[in-house]
Amino acid sequence: MSDTFEPVIVGFTCNWCSYRAADLAGMSRIKYAPNVRLIRLMCSGRLDPQFVFKALAEGADGVLISGCHPGDCHYVEQNYKTMRRFALLKRTLAALGIEPARIKLVWASAAEGNILAEEIDKMVAEVRALGPLNWKHDGRPQTADRGEHAAVGGLRSAVAEVAA
Amino acid sequence: MAEKIGVYVCHCGSNIAGVVDVAAVAKWAEENLPNVRVARDYKFMCSSLGQEMIEKDIKDLGLTRVVVAACSPHLHEVTFRNACQRAGLNPYLFEMVSIREQVSWVTKDKAIATEKAKMLVAGGVRRVAYHQPLEPLFVDINPNVLVVGGGIAGIQAALEIADQGSHVYLVEREPSIGGHMAQFDKTFPTLDCAACILTPKMFTAGTHPNITLLTWSEVEKVDGSVGNFTVQVRQKARKVNTEKCTGCGVCEEKCPKKVIDTVFEAGMGTRKAIYTPFPQAVPKYPVIDIANCIYFQRGTCKACEKFCPTGAIDFEQQDEMLTLHVGNIILATGYELFDARRIPQYGYGRLANVVTNLEFERLSNTAGPTGGKIVLRDGVTVPQTVGIIHCVGSRDIKYNVDCSAICCMQSLKFAHLVKEKTGAKVYNFYIDIRTPGKTYDEFYRRILDEGVHFIRGKVAEVSDMPRFPGEEGKLIIQVEDTLAGRQLRVPVDMVILSAAMQPRADAKQVGQKFGISCSANGWFIERHPKLDPVATMTEGIFIAGVCQGPKDIPATVSQGAAAAARVLGLIGKKQVTLEPVRASINAERCSGCRICNNLCPFNAITFIEDRTVSEINPALCQGCGTCVAACPAGAITGSHFTNEQIMAQIEGVLWDLNGHGVKQELELTRA
Repeated sequence: MSDTFEPVIVGFTCNWCSYRAADLAGMSRIKYAPNVRLIRLMCSGRLDPQFVFKALAEGADGVLISGCHPGDCHYVEQNYKTMRRFALLKRTLAALGIEPARIKLVWASAAEGNILAEEIDKMVAEVRALGPLNWKHDGRPQTADRGEHAAVGGLRSAVAEVAA
Repeated sequence: MAEKIGVYVCHCGSNIAGVVDVAAVAKWAEENLPNVRVARDYKFMCSSLGQEMIEKDIKDLGLTRVVVAACSPHLHEVTFRNACQRAGLNPYLFEMVSIREQVSWVTKDKAIATEKAKMLVAGGVRRVAYHQPLEPLFVDINPNVLVVGGGIAGIQAALEIADQGSHVYLVEREPSIGGHMAQFDKTFPTLDCAACILTPKMFTAGTHPNITLLTWSEVEKVDGSVGNFTVQVRQKARKVNTEKCTGCGVCEEKCPKKVIDTVFEAGMGTRKAIYTPFPQAVPKYPVIDIANCIYFQRGTCKACEKFCPTGAIDFEQQDEMLTLHVGNIILATGYELFDARRIPQYGYGRLANVVTNLEFERLSNTAGPTGGKIVLRDGVTVPQTVGIIHCVGSRDIKYNVDCSAICCMQSLKFAHLVKEKTGAKVYNFYIDIRTPGKTYDEFYRRILDEGVHFIRGKVAEVSDMPRFPGEEGKLIIQVEDTLAGRQLRVPVDMVILSAAMQPRADAKQVGQKFGISCSANGWFIERHPKLDPVATMTEGIFIAGVCQGPKDIPATVSQGAAAAARVLGLIGKKQVTLEPVRASINAERCSGCRICNNLCPFNAITFIEDRTVSEINPALCQGCGTCVAACPAGAITGSHFTNEQIMAQIEGVLWDLNGHGVKQELELTRA
């Protein structure tokens, strides 16, 4: 594995706790790994598993999912549904040959900018150690070190359909 | 038709531009991203000049979409939406990208920060292309207000709102309103008596035609959202019929059972099993303490019933559940005192003459158990020397890290009261003296001039083990005087611990009930620490007083009034605008599987039996999107967070990896 490999991670945050945790990390000037690109959802319960497949298919090496702590959900209990989906998602990805450490669920309240930053740092280190996902891109240019990932060819077309 | 997107990258002075090459981001966006018609950078996008620039471009260049890359959308999304609207563009055809909180403030390497900013902008540009024009939702505001907590913050808020003409339900857990302030003796720095300034307000609140007092009551459940909350309140059985009770007090007089009053008298005095916590209690009706009532425990007595001249005692009375409909809620639930037993070396609970601040307030209060005489626990001995220990359980990583904000002034007040009433020698043991309020520092100087001793050092131990002559029968305070650099043993007769204000033990549960959260220290979180200190992340829920963080009485009263002003503002508008983020079901695609039905905690989804499809009630939907993600048929759409929008944003933020890079003009049809 190359020493220079820097993973790219897509992060999904809820609007109320974890996006504000990211805001707080910023306001507190906490420096953390720049590898995560955040996308705001209203609730972690909005996370459609297709989003995770889509992100991995588009070249991300990992996906971070973040929401309010159990019991603190702005929408009462929707993060419990995230928790259920996350367990299923992990199993499905494992069946496809994708390392479970490539997806991570983090609870971060609006007061926990430091925790979100720490978890991002940890995850980036873990995914960096795993190396690139190398999920094949149909008909799109490939960089040299991002080759074919055998197990996932079938899923790609499914994802493409979903996205359409 | 192809969308024309304008991209605006903000410098935020040097906040963003100091780390991110903003000009390069704008140039890259213009050259590489599809449908970008213009991309500019500017010193302060949120300034009127910045906004005018966007408005001008919308008009002159016919922009159909706008992306601003600047601070967090939680700060300025509304600003730029308004700018779009002024220029005739639907405000929801705008997307904000956070490159300050998420890039420049958290990234060290400038080149990497610039690249990350580009990708986030790409996500915004791709997303905004799929935005649809939306209209905000309007919800009528029920003018009734719920105030939870009858301390000075809650009383102030209730009075402000009631005076304006709206109806207030003031819910208090204890038998009387008044809160901690009713327990205090004098208030710093003016030393006017707490009861003298508080009880008129309590009385006004108790008799105000627009205030319904619900004491001895607790909120059990809260449903709904801003404008229309439905609140279940449990009114605990007083066992006294308040319709008949005149508050004459005969029952209390005749009740044979004395109980140590751990709440109002802080354990320093007693009350009866049927009691009003203090003479000026509002309302005046007593409650029966079932756990201590002889009748409830042994089946005989009924002395109160026998002597009640109006037949108001009702042993059969049950808890009552009330349903209230309100438009806004103010939480003013206050604090509780740090349990000084947790610092065993200070001897509280073990050494009789170590008392807490609240116990001292009762001791010094003329309405208190000693009639205002400052005496030792034996009830007669006047102390000759008194030690006051600051910061007990506050500013201490083992207990509460925050400063309790009032202990310095409170300890200075104690020093004055002890000197005035007993002439005793007084020592203050402090870490730092913090007196930042109006005329507070003058008060400190006054106390210094009165001859109170100040020793800077954190007390190590309070013991009753004499080692030197003169220490026999005394409490010995062991401390390092950090200014003189030496160890001291100070023998005193009485020790007052300025115990910390800390969040109520059930603050987290209360927060969950109302849908707001607590900070790491356990205080309720405000919407913005400086600019929005009484609003919360949940619309329609406001906070006031110490439940938001330690503060003194003037600040507490200000917050009560501020929260009331915010609520009155909403009531005055009669309607509130809500984000049009709502889910809707396409009946043609719905298979009637009912998977979504059980996912909604707001009961917004109902199954229509005769058409075998589910439907969403937009008035109940809160827009979380959980059902959208769950629908196996893809029949549910979540407006402003559609699958297309999020998928496009995913493609955008991964622009450098997914093989785009050639500028394509995407043909997008508008819905």
